[in-house]
Amino acid sequence: MMNRRIFLKNGSLALVSLGFAPAFFTRAARASQARRKVLVTVFQRGAVDGLNMIVPFGEKAYYQARPSIAIPQPGGPGGAVDLDGFFGLHPRMASLEPFFKRGELAIVHATGSNDPTRSHFDAQDYMESGTPGRKSTRDGWLNRYLHAREHEEASAFRAVSLTQQLPRALQGRSPALAIDQLGRFGLRAGDRGDMMQSSFESQYAAAADELLKPTGKEAFDAVKQLQAIDLTQYAPRNGAVYPNSPYGQALKQIAQLIKADMGLEVAFAETGNWDHHANEGPQIANRLDDFANGIAAFAQDMGDGMADVMVLTMSEFGRTVSENGNRGTDHGHGNAMLALGGSVKGGKVYGAWPGLEREQRYQGRDLAITTDFRDVFSEVLRSHMGAKDISGVFPGYSATKTLGIIGS
Amino acid sequence: MTNCPRVFGRAVAAVAIVAIVLGAPGVDAQNAPSGVPETADAATAAHVLNRLGYGPAPGDIARVQKMSVAAYIEQQLHPDRIQDPALEARLDAYPTITLSTAEIARDYYGPADALRRQAQQAQANRPDRPAAAAGAAGQTMAGGQTMAGGQTMAGDPAMAGAPPQRPQQSPELQAARRKEQQILQDLMQARLVRAVMSERQLEEVLVDFWFNHFNVFSGKGQVRVYLTEYERDVIRPNVLGNFRDMLGAVAESPAMLFYLDNFQSVDPKAAQKQADQQLARMQQAQARARARGRGRGQAVPPNSQQAQQQAQRIQQARNRGLNENYGRELMELHTLGVDAGYTQDDVVAVARAFTGWTIDRPRDGGSFQFNAAMHDNDPKVVLGQTIDAGGKMDGERVLDLLATHPATAKFIATKLVRHFVADEPPAALVERVADVFMNTKGDLREVTRAVITSPEFFSAEARRAKVKTPLEFVVSAVRASGANLNNPQPLVAALRALGMPLYGAQPPTGWGDTAEDWVSTGALLNRLNFALQLSRGQLRGVRLNVRQLAPDTSQSSQDALVQKLLLGNASTTTRETMAKAESPQQLIALALGSPEFQKR
Repeated sequence: MMNRRIFLKNGSLALVSLGFAPAFFTRAARASQARRKVLVTVFQRGAVDGLNMIVPFGEKAYYQARPSIAIPQPGGPGGAVDLDGFFGLHPRMASLEPFFKRGELAIVHATGSNDPTRSHFDAQDYMESGTPGRKSTRDGWLNRYLHAREHEEASAFRAVSLTQQLPRALQGRSPALAIDQLGRFGLRAGDRGDMMQSSFESQYAAAADELLKPTGKEAFDAVKQLQAIDLTQYAPRNGAVYPNSPYGQALKQIAQLIKADMGLEVAFAETGNWDHHANEGPQIANRLDDFANGIAAFAQDMGDGMADVMVLTMSEFGRTVSENGNRGTDHGHGNAMLALGGSVKGGKVYGAWPGLEREQRYQGRDLAITTDFRDVFSEVLRSHMGAKDISGVFPGYSATKTLGIIGS
Repeated sequence: MTNCPRVFGRAVAAVAIVAIVLGAPGVDAQNAPSGVPETADAATAAHVLNRLGYGPAPGDIARVQKMSVAAYIEQQLHPDRIQDPALEARLDAYPTITLSTAEIARDYYGPADALRRQAQQAQANRPDRPAAAAGAAGQTMAGGQTMAGGQTMAGDPAMAGAPPQRPQQSPELQAARRKEQQILQDLMQARLVRAVMSERQLEEVLVDFWFNHFNVFSGKGQVRVYLTEYERDVIRPNVLGNFRDMLGAVAESPAMLFYLDNFQSVDPKAAQKQADQQLARMQQAQARARARGRGRGQAVPPNSQQAQQQAQRIQQARNRGLNENYGRELMELHTLGVDAGYTQDDVVAVARAFTGWTIDRPRDGGSFQFNAAMHDNDPKVVLGQTIDAGGKMDGERVLDLLATHPATAKFIATKLVRHFVADEPPAALVERVADVFMNTKGDLREVTRAVITSPEFFSAEARRAKVKTPLEFVVSAVRASGANLNNPQPLVAALRALGMPLYGAQPPTGWGDTAEDWVSTGALLNRLNFALQLSRGQLRGVRLNVRQLAPDTSQSSQDALVQKLLLGNASTTTRETMAKAESPQQLIALALGSPEFQKR
């Protein structure tokens, strides 16, 4: 009956009750031993047009296929920001250029899921469950990672999604929190909130149920931890300005959690409205502005702290190489991911480039996939997070290659 | 909620009916050991009310004791014999739950879809951009799925498929959107009204159980159009009927055909043939147009973007083929259960048997259709049996085979016992229930009866052994406190915050049914906040009669509350915290938020 989680929780409870180190000591001790790595995942829901985000301006076929929505070559008005003479950033993502030049930002292009689905729903589901083609997987790949590396010092804030609901990627056996606003986390008990909080706390400390009891302790510890930091007085460092969008504010709160040393290991944020079937140009420009500025502000705000932090972006699939009749793009296949952080060997666009000529495309219409998204995820978990055995994270799959996007 | 004289009359009638029923020869009922006590103490009555329904409402325990547990169980197993005019009247507030799918598609989703297409066209043709050819609506997905705003991930409508033009919505579109939202709103609110008010509590619990067993997700494309009929016509009428009937109804339901993609599953050979014919027709048409329109500039040039796109669409259709999703989940989740010994070859064979089970015009809310042109008519071997009936009968034979398979009996028995008895289902009970399933050919009334009359069900270990799901927690709190449910909307929102949005389970597995699935740090705090909100009158439309529940904070009020809300089960600590309460509201919150109230 007793599962691993309860065992661990009870184990750590036992340590505390025997007079061993209280939480803040173990936290300090841990900091001095191995520095905790953090993975911040960003999901662009709705399938961003990766070819207008990371522009293959060196491809003639790109311009042929997109007479009215292609991003011009670097140098001209509205031109791409040159990265390596072949690929460029959408001009509204210029805020990320310095990170690429400094070798902190890497791109993986022509990546995605080998499943042919062009359904947003299924593709997002597969990317989050980490099991393309298999619908009945109940837990997410990030949760399976957390479960594989469960440890006694895990904080209640070990895995946090800055969303109203826990995303598929974080659902599963390992505890993970969905908090849309840090300031709203906790009990809302009115005038005598303190009294009610301590009453509930003692109720759950005395609970007979083997799950409710440790979970109650976890919950009240977490509330107290968060109460100890002043959330309202947060001032981003290094002049960082976060976008006012929910996504920008989510990244800001992730930075707050990391800096407050709350034990965060995996964070999740999302950004929507990428499904540009019509009049893509002006819309994607605004969305990419928000997207890039959020990441840039986060990295700037974290400063040296980025040494242990990595931001990884993803979107369920790419879009058609050719524009459609409405100056938009339809659902496609391969896409691009961004990886930014101290451990990243940046300044490079990774992944074999399949080309955009008709015969080079997937089913004659989409960017082909040369890197399975699980290869990227696996590498991040191994090389950045330091996981040794991730066989349970992507069941039935073993990475086919290592791109080398993470260096020492 | 509970009208005592009315209930009383019914109870007497029910007892009379029971006598008749018990007189009839029951299938296997005589052989199975019964754990139903002849006279029930309050705790046993409470246990029955907690498991057969969403917990006791004021007066329920005495009522069950009076009519006897056996009579109550019998009454609940025959919901058709229960009159519930109060509920019927209440459900009138949700007019869309009785509409046909055609009406829902035409009057509720149609207008918003049309306006969205218009808005998209307008945007595509904005004068500040070069004129574009008028093409198909942009939001259409490759598989015929529409992305009309309903494609939400993780329950957040701002994500994923939110139409990009949302910021400039016209008043007409806003009104149309409100109208389309009414469908899901009505469904969710009606579900909660029923759970709280219905006298047919077991039926409500079973609707929830079987919907979850055959889960579909409201956020996946057209599923939302079919959801109303799915629950009303596919699930609800069958929960105490025959399993094969429900399985067949689900297999033919557009909701499931869409959710698990079977509507697009085509015999690859047939798809190629069809596409080749279309391509030939298109080329002929182009040739004719060239001949006709030479010099007049009217013909569609064969290399034009339009022509290329058409060719591309046909090419895509040519690549269509078998979709294994339904075939796999049919065995893994609906019938045999995972690890029941079927192979990938079986999955493919089942998928082939269901090719052509599709939807007529899925974008317009069309109904089930068997399309022989899409069907793979070759013989298939499923679980060692040759299926060679041909046409739609191929699928029917597969359903027959799966519905009567011993692995299915065991799988369904396990899930029912887990739900009604304990997270770790007692093996002996699972075996007996599976036997009843086999012997009655899937008579779900007998199967359910075997579970809820078993000695295991009434055993001491089973009492308060289950952690309530968020739905059970929220509904039981409203019932136990006797709150007046004028507007269930705050409960809909609460379930979202508690991680169990109605019709919002994404994977085909549905929600989990064990404590581990529902006990987590964030969810626990949200439960406490719900208790606080309810007790403080902060859920607009859910009115609590605080004075009646706890006139003051005195010892006698505390004792009464422990009886009413916690059925007498309060730890010393819980009582101590209640003794410190400074207001009746705090007293109620401390009871509803307590660890004791989280269990059933």
